[in-house]
Amino acid sequence: MAETKERKLPPPAISEETQAYWDAAGKGKLLVRKCTSCGQAHHYPRTICPFCFSDKTEWVEASGKGTIYSYSVMRRAPVPYAIGYVTLAEGPRMLTNIVDCDFDKLKCDQAVTVVFKPTDGGPPLPMFTPA
Amino acid sequence: MSIKGKAYIAGIYEHPTRLAKDISLAQIHAQCAKGALEDAGLTKDDVDGYFCAGDAPGLGPMSMVEYMGLKVRHVDSTDTGGSSYVLHVGHAAEAIASGKCKVALITLAGRPRAEGMATGTVPRSRGGTPTPDDPFEFPYGPTVVNMYANCAMRHMYEFGTTSEQLAWIKVAASHHAQYNPHALLKDVVTVEEVVNSPMISDPLHRLDCCVITDGGGAIVVVAPEIAAKLNRPKIKLLGASEFIKTQMGGKVDLTYSGARFTGAAAFAEAGVKPSDMKYASIYDSFTITVLMQLEDLGFCEKGKGGAFVADGNLISGVGKLPFNTDGGGLCSNHPANRGGLTKVLEAVRQLRGEAHPKVQVKNCDLAIAHGTGGSLGLRHGSATVILERE
Repeated sequence: MAETKERKLPPPAISEETQAYWDAAGKGKLLVRKCTSCGQAHHYPRTICPFCFSDKTEWVEASGKGTIYSYSVMRRAPVPYAIGYVTLAEGPRMLTNIVDCDFDKLKCDQAVTVVFKPTDGGPPLPMFTPA
Repeated sequence: MSIKGKAYIAGIYEHPTRLAKDISLAQIHAQCAKGALEDAGLTKDDVDGYFCAGDAPGLGPMSMVEYMGLKVRHVDSTDTGGSSYVLHVGHAAEAIASGKCKVALITLAGRPRAEGMATGTVPRSRGGTPTPDDPFEFPYGPTVVNMYANCAMRHMYEFGTTSEQLAWIKVAASHHAQYNPHALLKDVVTVEEVVNSPMISDPLHRLDCCVITDGGGAIVVVAPEIAAKLNRPKIKLLGASEFIKTQMGGKVDLTYSGARFTGAAAFAEAGVKPSDMKYASIYDSFTITVLMQLEDLGFCEKGKGGAFVADGNLISGVGKLPFNTDGGGLCSNHPANRGGLTKVLEAVRQLRGEAHPKVQVKNCDLAIAHGTGGSLGLRHGSATVILERE
C-alpha cells in the first residue's frame, strides 16, 4: 500500500543545543554529532559524548545512506505510516519514518537514503526512502 | 547489604473495577490502600512509608499522604512507568532494611478508560519542558504499540519468531482469565483468532495488545517483626533489581530488554535460578513484551522464546511455566496503563494459595514478578522481584 493521503507532521521542539541540526535540515543536510576524543558518532545529538563523556564533540555531515534496522507500519492511524530505526552509514541508529514506498515491501536491513519532509511550521524532518 | 529476607509482603488489594466513571483518582488510590491494609490486618496509622508513581495526582506523596491522612517518615515516588511498583517493592525493602520505615504502602490508580485516553495508538503529547529525545522522536509518530511492534519485527527477522507463537501468549492468558470474575476479557481465544484480529501496527494485531482499564491496586510491605505478628501467610522478598535500558547513544538493540540485567541480579541475590520458579508474573503490555522478557530473565535461550511459549507452555496445569494466572494485562487488567503492581499481586496470591482453584499452582513456594515500564522500543525501566512463601 503506497502513501496516498497527506500526513501532517508536527514541528520539532528545538532547543539551543541542537539548533544547528535543524538549520542544516532546512538546507537538506543530515548532521550527526561526533566525539573527537573517542571518535564515535552518536544520536540524538548532545554536546557531551554519551560514550566517553568528553565535551569535545562536533557536527559532521552524514552521507544520508543507511539500512532499515527495524520498522512497523502503523495501520491504525488516520494516514498509515512506517516508523522505524535506520542504521546510518556513520554508525548510529536513528528513529525515523520510511516514506515514498510500498509499505508491504519493506524489509529489515534494506538500503535506504535520506529525504526531507516539511513539518507544520518548523524545519523539515529527515526521513528515509528505499535506495 | 542485601534485602534478602529483610521484608515481607503482608497485604495486597486489586480494585475490582475496570471502568471508574464515578470515582476520583485519589479515591481509587485510597480504596486500594484501605483494601491492602485490611488484607494485612493493619491500619493506616501503622503506615510509616508511602510509595507511588506518576499515576498519583499532583506531586504524588504530598497529595496522597494528605488525602489519606497518613503520617509517614519515608516517601519514594520513583517513576519508571508500569514497572514502578515492582521497583517500589525493592525500594520498600531497602528502606525497611535500613530502618527508615516498618510498614510501607504502595498504591496505583488510574482512569484512562473513563477519561477516553487514546492509550496506545496516538503519540503521547508533550507537556512542560520537552525531553531531550523529543524533537528527534515525537514528530515521527512513535506510539506505545508501534514501538513495541518494532521490537517484534526485529525479533521475527533475527530469530524467525512467528505471529502464531506470539499468539500463544494471549491464548494462555485467556485460558486463565476465564476464571477471573473481574477480568475485562473472559472469553478463551485461539491462535487463529489472535492472528486474524485486525492489524494495529505490523506485526502486532489487536489481540496482541493488552486491555485498557481503569482501577488500581495496593501492596503493603513490612519488616520481619511486623510480619511475624500478622495472621497472614508470610511472603518473603528474596531478591530485587532495577535497570534503565536506553538507546545507548544510537547503539540501539531491540532484541533484548533490561530484564537481562534485572533477572540475573535478582536471581543472584535470591540464590535461586529460573528453573526453580513455580510461577511467573511477566509484564504483558503486548505479547512480544512477554516473549522477550522470558528470554532475558533466563527461562529460555535468546531467540528461542517463540518455541518456549508455544503449545500452551504458559497455561497453568498444562505447561511448564504457569504465567499471569489472573489473566494479566492481556485479558484482565492494566490499570492506569501500568501493569507492574498487578504482577506482584498475582504472584502473592499464588504463593499464599489464594489464586483461583482452576489456576492455582500446586506447592507454589517460589515466584517471580517482573515489570517493563515506558517503551520497549524507545527506553524503558525494568524491575524484578523474587518472592518465597516461608
